[in-house]
Amino acid sequence: MSAAEKLAAPQLIASSGDSLREAFGKELSAIADNYPNVVVLDADIAGGTGVHHFRKSHPDRFFQFGIAEQNMMAAAGGMAATGLIPIVTTFAVFCLRAVEQARLSIAYSQRNVKIVASHPGLDVGPDGGSAQALEDIAAFRAIPGMTVISPADAEEMRQATRAILDFDGPVYMRTGRSASRPLFGADHRFEIGKGQTLRDGKDVTLVACGVEVARAIDAASLLASQGISARVINMPTIKPIDAPLLEKASRETGCIVTAEDHNMFGGLGGAVAESLAQSTPCPIEFVAVRDVFGQSGEPEELAEHYHLTPPYIAEAARRAIARKKAQRS
Amino acid sequence: MNAGLQLSHLSSSFAPEDEFVPRLESCARNIRRVSVAAIFHATSGHPGGSLSCADLLAALYGSELKLNPDELLSPDRNRFVLSKGHAAPALYATWSTFGLIEPQVALTLRKLNSRAQGHPHVVDMPLAETSTGSLGQGFSVAIGMALGLRHQRNEARVYTILGDGELQEGEVWEGAMCAAHHKLSNLCAIVDYNKLQSDDRNAAIMGLEPLAQKWRAFGWNTLEISGHDIASIIAAFGEARGAGNRPTVVIAHTVKGKGVAYMEDQPLWHGSVKLTREQAETALLSLGTPVAQIKELLDVSR
Repeated sequence: MSAAEKLAAPQLIASSGDSLREAFGKELSAIADNYPNVVVLDADIAGGTGVHHFRKSHPDRFFQFGIAEQNMMAAAGGMAATGLIPIVTTFAVFCLRAVEQARLSIAYSQRNVKIVASHPGLDVGPDGGSAQALEDIAAFRAIPGMTVISPADAEEMRQATRAILDFDGPVYMRTGRSASRPLFGADHRFEIGKGQTLRDGKDVTLVACGVEVARAIDAASLLASQGISARVINMPTIKPIDAPLLEKASRETGCIVTAEDHNMFGGLGGAVAESLAQSTPCPIEFVAVRDVFGQSGEPEELAEHYHLTPPYIAEAARRAIARKKAQRS
Repeated sequence: MNAGLQLSHLSSSFAPEDEFVPRLESCARNIRRVSVAAIFHATSGHPGGSLSCADLLAALYGSELKLNPDELLSPDRNRFVLSKGHAAPALYATWSTFGLIEPQVALTLRKLNSRAQGHPHVVDMPLAETSTGSLGQGFSVAIGMALGLRHQRNEARVYTILGDGELQEGEVWEGAMCAAHHKLSNLCAIVDYNKLQSDDRNAAIMGLEPLAQKWRAFGWNTLEISGHDIASIIAAFGEARGAGNRPTVVIAHTVKGKGVAYMEDQPLWHGSVKLTREQAETALLSLGTPVAQIKELLDVSR
């Protein structure tokens, strides 16, 4: 490349090799031959959502809708009505502008459409508050019949990608923008509607999804060094929530901390609280964004600023344990 | 009761061309009568926009859609989506008129546990093809169907009726751009252009003109016809099939409340209204309904 060409070629930063969006895009492309009815819908953002891999491998099944998410979302319902399995891809925040299309033309019409949203939460980073969807889990979870999934690492994302294609029904799934930390090996088993206990403990249970799973694992180590035994549950399916696993955790550890890159209302914390309120209520602390919008910054800086990092999860665990003890005394 | 005209098996015997159009005009009259009766029994519903699209529906079902009960949901069927879902009374009345559903179902409009929901619901009524009722969405779903069918090399066509007020939804113009970009020649949209919407005339709420120019600028084969002239409507569908690589929009000029003298062109009768017995009888008389059929339509207990 000449010096002039080098100057003229922008350095692309959209694609991060080990991000969840890339894991999703690569897996989808790899398995697409086994799913001839799968088509991908894009709103001019394939480089960001990971489906540029699919566009390259299966151009005949890639449909461009331009920057027009409402039409794309409802059209997906129409494509599904003809027997295809459409995967709607865009950023989580733009899924929010088409929630009503997902409601009427997909869920209410009982269409087998998969909505895969990249760039959720503070994990978006420097694009700032306008781009950081902190409400998407709440919005999609409130739609009857909608399954909501937020995997934690690349291996789980690959398995979830296969699982949602094998599942008959509408799904909203979060991927992620930034590099993700590998948590699981090939022996991991993702199943829709099931959580997994990653670490056992007796004093408190940390329930997390998405980027917060890695932080919850670190928080448990931190707590262990302080003599507190914390159980860690990975909860990749927020709806339907794994109620039996939560009930067991509540009974055996007596208090819960939820951790998510989402607003404190209506997300994983809400789902856990609703479930336990109906079975085995216990003190619950919520690690989440405290009903404010985000701002520009690197994902780790933002996690620290909005109190989503391991020390804050550990602090929430100590509060939950204190409440449990106060109740029992 | 016999609100339907029992035409279900007659579509192929419409053969004598000179009888075809009068036959469908008769269907349209029945669609209007059953719509009014359904709204009377429901004590709510949108009469104005149901009456304005009755001829469009009669022409669509009479000439473009399969009426054989065994083929209603066959993969190669032409699809129809009522994007202006608030005209559901007319849709159910159409199915009833063409013998596609039991006539009494249309008269259970808006009742608890009825399949005839206030707006069409595909899970209860597969003939609806998709659930509608939020303006703009049915149009996008129809675009998705047209794309999906063509992708699978299925030659079926997709029809959709939009309201004029519906065109104020941004999603419609997202879809208009999309359908032209993808050259969806298997798609035919029909605008029920009755010039009125919920609160007032289109022109007073949010003007649509120059409407045909807008569609042409978006790349659509654009036809303008009277939406109450069955022969013109059917001719437009024929023209749409030869539109090359463009989608077609048929701007159908209609009169809101068509056929019921006191409702015609009155914005008041757009919204969900309750009809008194007297109003319903007057409306049915205005529609030329025989007295015996009026009794039959209004006296049935549901």
